[in-house]
Amino acid sequence: MTVSSKPVSKPFDLKALFNRPAKPYVHPYLGGVILGIVLFLALFFTGNGLGSSGATSRLVVFVQDQFIPDHVDRTPYLLRMAGGDKNPLDDWLVPVFFGALLGGFTSGLIFGRVKLETTKGPRISDRTRWMLAFLGGVLFLYGARMARGCTSGQALTGGAVLSAGSWVVMLCIFGGAYGLAYFVRKLWN
Amino acid sequence: MNFPLLAFQNVSAANPWTYLIFGLIGFAFGFTLEMSGFGNSRKLAAQFYFTELTVLKVMFTAVITAMTLVFLTVSLGWLDYSQVWVNPTYLWSGILGGLIMGVGFIIGGFCPTTSLASASTGKIDGMMFMLGGFVGAFLFGETERFFTHWYNNAGYYGRVTLMDVFGLPTGVVVLMVVLMALFMFWGAEQLERIIGKKDMSREPKLRLYGAGVVVALALVVVFIGMPSTEEKYEKATILRTVSELQADGTVKEVQVKYTAEEALSQRIVQITPAELFKARYDQGLILTLLDVRPEADYNLFHLRGALNIPAETLKSRIPQLLATSAPNAVYVVMSNDETLATQAWRLLTAEGVPNVYILEGGINNWITVFGHTDPEIQPRSAALDEQLKFLFPAALGDRYECSDPDPIENEHIEFTPKIQLQIKRDKSSGGCG
Repeated sequence: MTVSSKPVSKPFDLKALFNRPAKPYVHPYLGGVILGIVLFLALFFTGNGLGSSGATSRLVVFVQDQFIPDHVDRTPYLLRMAGGDKNPLDDWLVPVFFGALLGGFTSGLIFGRVKLETTKGPRISDRTRWMLAFLGGVLFLYGARMARGCTSGQALTGGAVLSAGSWVVMLCIFGGAYGLAYFVRKLWN
Repeated sequence: MNFPLLAFQNVSAANPWTYLIFGLIGFAFGFTLEMSGFGNSRKLAAQFYFTELTVLKVMFTAVITAMTLVFLTVSLGWLDYSQVWVNPTYLWSGILGGLIMGVGFIIGGFCPTTSLASASTGKIDGMMFMLGGFVGAFLFGETERFFTHWYNNAGYYGRVTLMDVFGLPTGVVVLMVVLMALFMFWGAEQLERIIGKKDMSREPKLRLYGAGVVVALALVVVFIGMPSTEEKYEKATILRTVSELQADGTVKEVQVKYTAEEALSQRIVQITPAELFKARYDQGLILTLLDVRPEADYNLFHLRGALNIPAETLKSRIPQLLATSAPNAVYVVMSNDETLATQAWRLLTAEGVPNVYILEGGINNWITVFGHTDPEIQPRSAALDEQLKFLFPAALGDRYECSDPDPIENEHIEFTPKIQLQIKRDKSSGGCG
């Protein structure tokens, strides 16, 4: 008696889900148009644009408030986000932050790009890349809080609503990056 | 102008849908960045070596798409630009912060949101950038107090737009930005072809049609123009909460909506000198007195703390008012009678300044109520509207007793309260700041 050896199909193949072949990226202009429409809809319905660095600050001060609330209450910059009873996470930026994490993940999942790896230039090691990514993060967010917004909050949103200060910030971000690019070219090329 | 929707200006537990809406916005944001390839730091950094200009294309396409749609809906009267968050300009901290971000960008290979897209798809360098970001934000929070005065004051210009800087109409600025961006795309494609050795014949022709559409929309904005003050005024509404006696004897709080002109004719926004006097001691309000009379009248007599903004200069001061108005800010405009003040009220209301009231009867009425015992102030018969009905020995400004009436003497003054805080968007926050 032969037993048919049809493979039992699993209803949810986790391994296959995370090992899909990577699909190509969406064309930049199309991605830009879609991003622009998302930004427009946000501005149209809520009056707020997009943002990211503000949420990072709020998450940090939230943690600080759990352990050293007195310090938070005595530091004006932290006070206005989390002073007294104020919940720093109760701000539109925070759902946007977590939504973006989820959205990035979902896109990666659909297009087969969820993979534990390191993106870097060919001439440096993974470890160097990790340390520099960390350093870059420290610098970028420090600068973002100083400028009251990052590329999403100032360059994208502020740029679209034609805020003069935002265009200045946008130019400085690109200026700073282009200015240093030659000196760190070994990291990327 | 029904948009933006007041209910969505921030998250609130009273309206739980707001969390979902902002979560969805974030989701679309992260999704779009990842699918455009921004989870990959090398792709991001390539921008700065001219081999691949995806960042420039995505960013500026997004900017011109959003910008054109925003100003198109503003010019059609659907979107109220005064209620849209426009980042205030802090010139020096913006410049220094921007430069530091640039350095962080080229070293770290990400910006904050792209690091989210990257980290969430498993890239370890994205995760390291995110972690570093928390440290960076922490460091800023701890070091801000060393330069707080510079940070909060240097180069602060308030809500300034490119239209203000260049003195050009909005539509023209929109068109110029669109054309500039399209020129940059053309340049980027040349660079990609020459340095990046990309085969440009494989680029979709659709992009040329898209460019045409954006230019056409920008031209529409140029031709329709921005809504005039009159047009904005016609759409302005005033809300009031009224206690209504129901049929069954209970009292219910009802919201009534008035057009601006109705609010004036039904005298909802005119407050008596008594109410204004008491409002000055109300700790829950930030009161601003706007005296819109000519400087000469102001110098003869004015209320203590009143700002003199002659009617002709009022329009230019509105951006400043809009940028700093807190949710509990109340503005009282006053003139000798009511005519000038009413005109000023119309202008401020049209331009979206919230909680504006008129001093009923004006300065003439104020002096009649509070200054009738002052021997120095002599009444005179004035035939014309907006003339001071009193004579003053000298231009003493606010040094009369009735410029700042005694709170103890007037403690039991009576009035029918009309001031109700109309919650409009909190202008002191709304961005990433």
